[in-house]
Amino acid sequence: MTALLEARDIVQRYGEVQALSGVSLVVREGEFLSIIGPNGAGKTTLVNVLTGLLRPTGGSVAFRGRDVAGVGPVRLAALGMARSFQLVNVFPGLTVGETLSVPALARLGHAGRPFASLARHTEIADSVAEMAELFGLGDKLKRPARTLPQGDKKLLDVASAFALRPDLILMDEPTSGVSTRDKTSIMDTLVQAAKRLGVKAIVQVEHDMDIVFAYSDRIIALHQGRVLADAVPAALRADAEVVATVLGAPR
Amino acid sequence: MIGALLLAAAVTAAAAVPLTGREYYATLMLPFFAYSVALLGLNLLFGTTGLLSFGHALFVAVGGYTAAYLGSALRMRSLEAMLVVAAVTAALVAVPVGWLCVRYVRIYFGMLTLAFGMLFYSFLYKFYGLTGGDEGMPVARPTLLGQSFGDLDKTGYLVGPYYYYSLAVCVVAALSMWRIVRSPLGLSLRAIRENADKAEYVGVRVRRYRFYAFVIAAVFGAAGGVLLVVPTGLASPTLAYWTHSGNLVFMLLLGGFSHFFGPVLGAFVFIFLQDQVMSVTEYWRFVFGVVLAAVVIFLPHGLMSLVTRRVDA
Repeated sequence: MTALLEARDIVQRYGEVQALSGVSLVVREGEFLSIIGPNGAGKTTLVNVLTGLLRPTGGSVAFRGRDVAGVGPVRLAALGMARSFQLVNVFPGLTVGETLSVPALARLGHAGRPFASLARHTEIADSVAEMAELFGLGDKLKRPARTLPQGDKKLLDVASAFALRPDLILMDEPTSGVSTRDKTSIMDTLVQAAKRLGVKAIVQVEHDMDIVFAYSDRIIALHQGRVLADAVPAALRADAEVVATVLGAPR
Repeated sequence: MIGALLLAAAVTAAAAVPLTGREYYATLMLPFFAYSVALLGLNLLFGTTGLLSFGHALFVAVGGYTAAYLGSALRMRSLEAMLVVAAVTAALVAVPVGWLCVRYVRIYFGMLTLAFGMLFYSFLYKFYGLTGGDEGMPVARPTLLGQSFGDLDKTGYLVGPYYYYSLAVCVVAALSMWRIVRSPLGLSLRAIRENADKAEYVGVRVRRYRFYAFVIAAVFGAAGGVLLVVPTGLASPTLAYWTHSGNLVFMLLLGGFSHFFGPVLGAFVFIFLQDQVMSVTEYWRFVFGVVLAAVVIFLPHGLMSLVTRRVDA
């Protein structure tokens, strides 16, 4: 399988604190990869480095063989990598339809056109309709994001990242802030959507181990800024050290 | 549909004002047209993009002085030429100023635009040879579409051909801005206003589009500035003074920045209210202060929210 994203020996220091001490990982096409670890393990820092938001103190990040350390979100989106955040992140005053139009326009390179008519842009309308349908928001296109229930906000947030039609999507706790009942349906929705849209790989940071073990092809366990384990779910469960430090005592 | 009918009615009413024979009210409409154009630009920055400029008068002054300079120094009398040159000049000034200002947001953006406005004011005030210093520069009566209307006296010219010319410029400006707000750029700008961080992650070039908005706003400001100085016949440094920028922001808040036509309504109410209050008391600024406070507290979406409860743009 081809490597989409490759990080080598990532070191990230904040003053005296060393958040990441030599993390290496590879994300391959067709994979659903989960990054787990206790609070403070460096998960969010790692995602920030992988998505070009932070330029690491040391090490390299390559997406499709191209160095992307610190390139910033806009460039990264253009290259084919998208990201969603832990906290629900929407455009409160934009409708669902408008929200989904924004990434679609950006993807086509039309987002800065000052005199074109948005209403008559059929390609955008089609993309919006498709995304809304995939994420079950088809009947809410005219609703401002702020009026949506929490679960729909989360879906809209993730949907707007998917609307970039990225090759790789990184999600920081895609089901955080959502009721346990909704978690599985959200995960099913976005795995389905990824398949339909041709997303080649998904990386998620997740605390909910039921979700992690149900959906992942491979799991990376971080602990104190280092990779503790990088294995398929079954192997990880058998790793006593991982169970002790990350997963906790077996229930 | 109702909106379009209301709009047509408003334009027709405006077109009918000179026909009523009340020249005084027609002359008051002239600064209203000028400010409407400038405010449509300012509101692209504030209402649409979420950046509040306290230095928009800089570009109004650029327009005013461009008209004065072309007329007196270059003997170029065509109003069309003045509008085009003013728009280009404003864009050229807005490139470096905007490039610096859009690196900042909120109060820092506001303060920086204020600083550039005052810098330009000082320039106008001090470079006597070029700008006429505190006396300003006279603005010669421009030709309209090649016609000089030499047989009309000043009032006849202003409430006649110039009136309809200004109205037409105002309508064209409104239609252009309507288009811009509903374009892909317009949507990107609204996304930036709502959540700039999120916008970046869905591929929006936040700083670049803020810069575009800044330049477009400057062009509208300068066009308004040209229209503003023709009736008074004078471009003076006070055009760029910070209180003038403050008045522009006042008009925006008065009318309501969250509706497309809020700024236009704000300009209208401001000018006619100022006229009425000034004729009653010299403490008109005090009255205006009370009005502004009341609007901000009781009508945060401006007077436009009384007209329509719908908040868009």
